[in-house]
Amino acid sequence: MPQENTYDYRAVKGFAISSLFWGVVGLLIGILISLQLVYPQLNFTSWLTYGRLRPIHTNALIYGFTIPAAFSLFFYLVQRLGRAPLAFPGLAQVTLYVFNIAIVLAALSLFAGMNTSKEYSELEWPLDIGVVVLWVMFSINIIGTIMKRREEQMYVSLWFILATVVGVAIVYIGNNLGVPVSWFKSYSIYAGANDANVQWWFGHNAVAFVFTTLPLAVFYYILPKATGAPLYSHRLSIIGFWSLVFAYLWTGAHHLVYTPLPDWIQTVAIAFSLFLIAPSWASVINGYGTMNGQWEQMRSNYLVKFIVMGITFYGLQTLQGPSQAVRAFSALIHYTDWVPGHVHMGTMGWVTMTISAGFYYMLPRIYKTELYSVKLADLHFWLVLVGQLIYSVTMWITGIRQGAMWQAVNPDGSLAYPNFIQTLTPNYPFWNMRAAGGVIFFAGFLVFVYNIAQTIRQAPQRRPS
Amino acid sequence: MNVDKRPVIFIILATLSILVGTLATTFIPLFVGTTTPSIANVIPYKPLELEGRDIYIREGCNNCHTQTVRPLPFETARYGSYSMLEESAIDRPHLWGSKRTGPDLAHVGRKYPAVWHTMHLKNPRSMYPDSNMPAYPWLADRNLDTRYTEKKMKVLGYPYTAADMKALQGKTEMDALVAYLLRLGKELRQ
Ligand code: HEC
Ligand code: HEM
Ligand code: HEM
Repeated sequence: MPQENTYDYRAVKGFAISSLFWGVVGLLIGILISLQLVYPQLNFTSWLTYGRLRPIHTNALIYGFTIPAAFSLFFYLVQRLGRAPLAFPGLAQVTLYVFNIAIVLAALSLFAGMNTSKEYSELEWPLDIGVVVLWVMFSINIIGTIMKRREEQMYVSLWFILATVVGVAIVYIGNNLGVPVSWFKSYSIYAGANDANVQWWFGHNAVAFVFTTLPLAVFYYILPKATGAPLYSHRLSIIGFWSLVFAYLWTGAHHLVYTPLPDWIQTVAIAFSLFLIAPSWASVINGYGTMNGQWEQMRSNYLVKFIVMGITFYGLQTLQGPSQAVRAFSALIHYTDWVPGHVHMGTMGWVTMTISAGFYYMLPRIYKTELYSVKLADLHFWLVLVGQLIYSVTMWITGIRQGAMWQAVNPDGSLAYPNFIQTLTPNYPFWNMRAAGGVIFFAGFLVFVYNIAQTIRQAPQRRPS
Repeated sequence: MNVDKRPVIFIILATLSILVGTLATTFIPLFVGTTTPSIANVIPYKPLELEGRDIYIREGCNNCHTQTVRPLPFETARYGSYSMLEESAIDRPHLWGSKRTGPDLAHVGRKYPAVWHTMHLKNPRSMYPDSNMPAYPWLADRNLDTRYTEKKMKVLGYPYTAADMKALQGKTEMDALVAYLLRLGKELRQ
């Protein structure tokens, strides 16, 4: 068995710090755009208008925060679970530098308005090539390390890591195929309904492989480690894994309910969306099963709080998502603020909480120290929890309200609120509350960053005995 | 055989699982008539309209506006006839959108004259004091960049005449964007 010091954690550390940095940037922009929706005078100049900032918010938090968190945690997990050092540590360092350069260029290009308009695929083609190159460099290290492993059996987390590696590559390339007209502009190779269909096949599987398999890999590792209890059911995780990676790809068109896209594609997507409850809940049940007899740890163990609250929001998210796919409910909430409510329960609840648990577990270990402050970790937990709940609940309320106002008709059949603005302005108080929720969440995130920074800074003096 | 001891086989199986749904729901539809309608009836974009569309994309108007009317009674009452496959058949990319912070624009070209759009884009609050749409006054001060227009038309395969190209001279970004908005809802030959 290799000695602890043969593991290479330099890129693990670098990506963790990059992730936290871009996380702060993305959240600040999130707060700004949430305020712009109520105070349009905050659209200061062309490159700070809402239309340009919203993609920067989403890209910063997907590609700037979540992806490098995965690079960091996955480089750690493949070494620990395979009991082998990283295959190409030099390449990992290069990946780190190229990654940060690419994110800076991505932000600048989006500020300048260079975008393809396709959600979460906004980056123009030279940066797409950059993303693919980065992904290949990352994959070589992940697969290379797994090939060299000394532990024959691959633990569940490694399956989810491999699914992420393959899945992101397929959907990202598939959706970004285009014809360039200049360095800064290209046109999709797909047209009309096909373009929409491919876009949301990508969109929903960005959810599958960035916001689902990625945190699940972390979840399956941290949960038994944090609780000290063995995973509830290995068999359940096998069934859950294969049915999840099979079913997700069929569901993209639930984003296109009642559009001109042919009905059969919508119906297939809705059916598979309902089916997805089963593989999603396989992980939730595995989580709760593992907690059996351990629930007391929800009070005493900060890691357990994050990981169990995270999987709880995942459970809620995967019940809410399928119901949104059903035509009758889609008719009410599609295009309203209900959807950002859904999105942020997943991202602020499930994804961020799980990544936080991963960092809290991993970083003190690789810096050979202890967490700076458990009290601050608890404070972090409560702030992000309250912030997220305020965000989601206010958006669900105003989403239903707006959906209902769009539908309302007078007895004579005419629209009760014929002017769109009548349905818009009642959002404002809710959007203000959402911004307040965002600020609370952001405060929690800053506590997190501070706690990690202090842990790293004091590591040389605080070696555990 | 234990796939969780054989990473290469594992990767192949995972890839195949991913490809089944991909082929069935996105790849096959690329080649069937129900998603790829005839474009015989679609009026191609004029160079000015295309440049306007690219400004719409650059400014991210699609983050607040959809361009697809659902076949639901309350929806057609608000926005007019529901959207048809043909209307967006030549659009690369599509601009259906996913969020209605503002109203749907699929047919907005039938609704207002050019001057209304110019005034509205310069300052939406001059029309609706409570609107949260950003103001875009600077679009009227910026000359349209036409360096790539011809190449764009060629890449997209839209026909154009020398007169169409000439019509670009002296136009501002505002002119182009308004030309695009005026086209919305008039994609098909009657
Ligand atoms: C922050 C969200 C937001 C952004 C970004 C935005 N709009 Fe709007 N838009 C609105 C809202 C809200 C309304 C309704 C109130 C009004 O007319 O100002 C509206 C109304 C409109 C209307 C009138 C629609 C009608 O049926 O009366 C047009 C046309 C329009 N916008 C075009 C654009 C264009 C073009 C852009 C990009 C340059 C854009 N909008 C960007 C929110 C937005
Ligand atoms: C301070 C916390 C946050 C605030 C205030 C915030 C605010 C916002 C706002 C205002 C929007 C636009 C909603 C609309 O279109 O009406 C948005 C969209 C989005 N945000 Fe956030 N956000 C926050 C945190 C996050 C996090 C942590 C993530 C991901 C890890 C995230 C991912 C997204 C995504 C994917 C969308 C697009 C949603 C959609 O298309 O429906 N956000 N956010
Ligand atoms: C069983 C699993 C899930 C299903 C079936 C599902 C279903 C849906 C549906 C139907 C929509 C479209 C709503 C509309 O526009 O009307 C949606 C939007 C979205 N969901 Fe989920 N969801 C699931 C899980 C998740 C998870 C775990 C996340 C993690 C964060 C997530 C993130 C998102 C995002 C980001 C969007 C917004 C896309 C956009 O419009 O830009 N979903 N989901």
